[in-house]
Amino acid sequence: MKNRSLVSIEDYTKDEILQILDRAAEFEKKPIQTILNGYVIASLFFEPSTRTRLSFESAVNKLGGRIIGFSDSGSSSVKKGESLNDTILTVANYSDLIVMRHPIEGAAKLASEVSPVPVVNAGDGANQHPTQTLLDMYSILKTQGTLENLNIFLVGDLKYGRTVHSLLMAMSHFNTTFNFISPEELKMPDEYKLYLDNLGLKYYEHTDFTKYIAEADIVYMTRVQRERFSDPMEYEKVKNVYVLRNSMLENTKSNMKVLHPLPRVNEIHQDVDTNEKAYYFQQALNGVYTRQAIIATILGL
Amino acid sequence: MEQSKELKVSAIKDGTVIDHIPANNLFRVISILGLDKIDNHLTFGNNLDSKKLGHKAIIKISDKFFEDTEINKIALVAPQAKLNIIKDYKVIEKKVVNVPTEIIGIAKCVNPKCITNNENVTTKFKVLDGNDVTLKCLYCEKITDKDNLVIIK
Ligand SMILES: [Zn+2]
Repeated sequence: MKNRSLVSIEDYTKDEILQILDRAAEFEKKPIQTILNGYVIASLFFEPSTRTRLSFESAVNKLGGRIIGFSDSGSSSVKKGESLNDTILTVANYSDLIVMRHPIEGAAKLASEVSPVPVVNAGDGANQHPTQTLLDMYSILKTQGTLENLNIFLVGDLKYGRTVHSLLMAMSHFNTTFNFISPEELKMPDEYKLYLDNLGLKYYEHTDFTKYIAEADIVYMTRVQRERFSDPMEYEKVKNVYVLRNSMLENTKSNMKVLHPLPRVNEIHQDVDTNEKAYYFQQALNGVYTRQAIIATILGL
Repeated sequence: MEQSKELKVSAIKDGTVIDHIPANNLFRVISILGLDKIDNHLTFGNNLDSKKLGHKAIIKISDKFFEDTEINKIALVAPQAKLNIIKDYKVIEKKVVNVPTEIIGIAKCVNPKCITNNENVTTKFKVLDGNDVTLKCLYCEKITDKDNLVIIK
């Protein structure tokens, strides 16, 4: 994994995923270290994503590394029409690793091809966001004690939600049972169901929360966005169906945790926040340890 | 029977005959092979009757011999094409087109938000299904199928 870019979650095997999660647990025990002393990490955010950027920058700072870069392409040479190729080649001269967020799909792959230093994809359009997937998995491992044989409910926009697609792909290494809860228009695409079929993994589809939520180990919530619907009436009909409320957690398993990639809008009612099964804010904190693990592993430290 | 069809396009002394091209893809084949940019003598017939393809096209290029990698590029638009290599008016070798596992250049990615449609990058695809043209973009990971296939050039 040393010196290898992380563009897609599929770049890592099951063993490599576990290796990152082990390392994340070490950083959680000791998050402040000096191993990045003297290292410069470039943080190139071609579109703003404050949460992800702060998480990476916190991860680097806690390990003693320095950050250079920009948080919005508006203030950079990109605005003057510089190609991605040229930006990457220039920035690679000044840094040991590049963290990149870009609105265009496949941008991270291209950057990894031209860059002499490793690239970590912090999201390329609607395509991949592998560090999110790894922090989701770290959260699952930490709260469940294992990744094997879990029952995971994915809720909301399962058609366009890249986080649920990547999580599905990555968790498919661990004999997961999936339950998909989504409106008809935002169902899990066939290619992912076919992928699970080929692996012989079980999945069930529902259009609303069911009594089966009592069997869930993880409920992973995502946002149902108005702009995804061709018919606005359809959105009005379903918008309240995919909101999780505290009362719905009553008969769920004691180990069950609610995850969400954040930011949330209204899909998790605030009355869930005080429930000990609400885990989304700790999940965000886990992102720092996971990103420390990813950067340290790629730099061979 | 086959003989008389071929006679509809004049014979060549040395060169390559590409047969069994779907009629509606004749000009795509010409474009992919860059035949519109070379000086060799070129004849083609279009909308000839074919038992296999309904209407087919045929191209004859004098003094031109293709490398396999070159000819496999037309697999996307003429997977059933057959090549006859002609020396001194005789067919000395026959070749078929093989669908490559990876396509570099040639096709456009269907995704307008793909980096290949936004920066000066050569497209790259993994061929998931050669017969039905199903290409997975190695950048944005979206699928380009036959209905969305756009040839670059
Ligand atoms: Zn693409």
